[in-house]
Amino acid sequence: MGARRILIFCGIALIAGGMLFGDIFAVFVLHQNGGRTGETLLAAAQAAAAQDSAGVGDAFHRIGGLLEDRGTKVDTHVHMIDAGYLALLLALLQPYVALPSQRRKRLAKVFIAGGVLLPVGIFLIHYVGLEYSPFPVIGWASVLADSAGALLIIALLGEGWGLWKYLRGERSDAPEAELPRDASWERRALLSGGTILVLLGFLHGSWYAAMDLYKHEAAEVSILQGMADAAMANDGAAIGQSVNQYGMLAGERAVNIATHSHFIEFGLLAMLLAFVQPYVFLGEMWKRRWVQVLLAGSLILPVFVLLELRWGLIAGGIADVGGLFVIVALVAMLVGVLRYSGRLDSLEGVR
Amino acid sequence: MSGSRKLLILGGVALAALGMLYGLHYAVFIEHQTLDGMGSSLAKGFVAAAQRQTPEAHAAIDAYGHSKYDYVRQIDIHSHWIGLAMLMFVLGVIFDSVDFSERIRFWLALALLIGSVMFPLGVILQTVSHGGFVPSAMAVAGSGLVIVAMAGAALGFARQAA
Repeated sequence: MGARRILIFCGIALIAGGMLFGDIFAVFVLHQNGGRTGETLLAAAQAAAAQDSAGVGDAFHRIGGLLEDRGTKVDTHVHMIDAGYLALLLALLQPYVALPSQRRKRLAKVFIAGGVLLPVGIFLIHYVGLEYSPFPVIGWASVLADSAGALLIIALLGEGWGLWKYLRGERSDAPEAELPRDASWERRALLSGGTILVLLGFLHGSWYAAMDLYKHEAAEVSILQGMADAAMANDGAAIGQSVNQYGMLAGERAVNIATHSHFIEFGLLAMLLAFVQPYVFLGEMWKRRWVQVLLAGSLILPVFVLLELRWGLIAGGIADVGGLFVIVALVAMLVGVLRYSGRLDSLEGVR
Repeated sequence: MSGSRKLLILGGVALAALGMLYGLHYAVFIEHQTLDGMGSSLAKGFVAAAQRQTPEAHAAIDAYGHSKYDYVRQIDIHSHWIGLAMLMFVLGVIFDSVDFSERIRFWLALALLIGSVMFPLGVILQTVSHGGFVPSAMAVAGSGLVIVAMAGAALGFARQAA
């Protein structure tokens, strides 16, 4: 398997893995974590009402732990997918990396090792903490994540060096062939669909920034001040109401940001996948079907995430199905890449 | 390689480097202090509430709101610069498929580059003057340019498909 196919295969696998992790996180962790954060905020306000300063400090310490739990899982999801995107981008660059084929393969393997270990390290940060760590604030999981980040940087520097040599006129002994310039239906659909998805993400982001962002920022401060006032008045009902309002506001912000980012990420994914279609060894009909499934899922997920505000869990379930569509289409394309005959590699003489 | 593609690829690489350098600077020198400030302001607000000190509680929560306003924008500039750079890079590879003359493609690429620099820059300048007109106008104009350029590219891809 040549460097490009390693990057394409592992890049798609990383994206599919990151999305699967995101779906599992959304179903089993996200809402439960939000609920516990709300309960702990309520405990902090009740401790303030009972004039228990130590209890307030303890509650905020627990909120910090809950936010770390949530944050590291979101980061695992995002970093795994972004490493996959970078792998696909590097696959596009391979014809212009003037290095021997063995070195290109080694760089591709180093990059993939970093892309796998980085999210694993980030995921473990919350669970490993500072156990057995010789450092005062950095745990072993952070060391693993940072080392994986260093592997990514080393691989990127190596690719950059190869690119620099190419720009200076040097050529590889066995260069990767240019990607075929096909104008197939799949490629055109993925390019047009991807651009439209990115555009939808931009429009939604602009709308949110213009209409809601400032309102939400002001509302957060006002709700928290109302909660503090209710605690000082020892008014349990008002405290509960403020905590509920805070939870609703946090939910509204989260779905808007998720809608914006998922539209854009799926658009970019569709555009990147347009390039790898020649490596998907499936019948034309199946290739079209998987492209349609991918684009449908890419539209369903962000639209129904946004509709969670109105339709609640029903919309959330439909959004998860949209995510599943994208994962299934990615896995199908992955199978197609695996089935790829290796014809291009053998023509290029890659060993 | 056409001028529009060069502009997108080189502009994308430069913007990604800028976004990463900003992120590195932010992570090393600003982020932990900002997060500490946010957490301690909020805790201080509720401790003040426990001690029945209304003005102190409100002031601490205001400080939390102020820090969070900055934090959201500092994270936004990093992710938007890098995200827009990746988009420019990908478009640079395929921009010849946009079915317009090279002159129009160049103007679209230029609009995308200017918008991609200006929009996050306007956002970060909002942390210098909260609610200031110039930073907000820059952010709105920049995002408008990006949207127009992307709409043009989508139309160009669709024309090729037709």
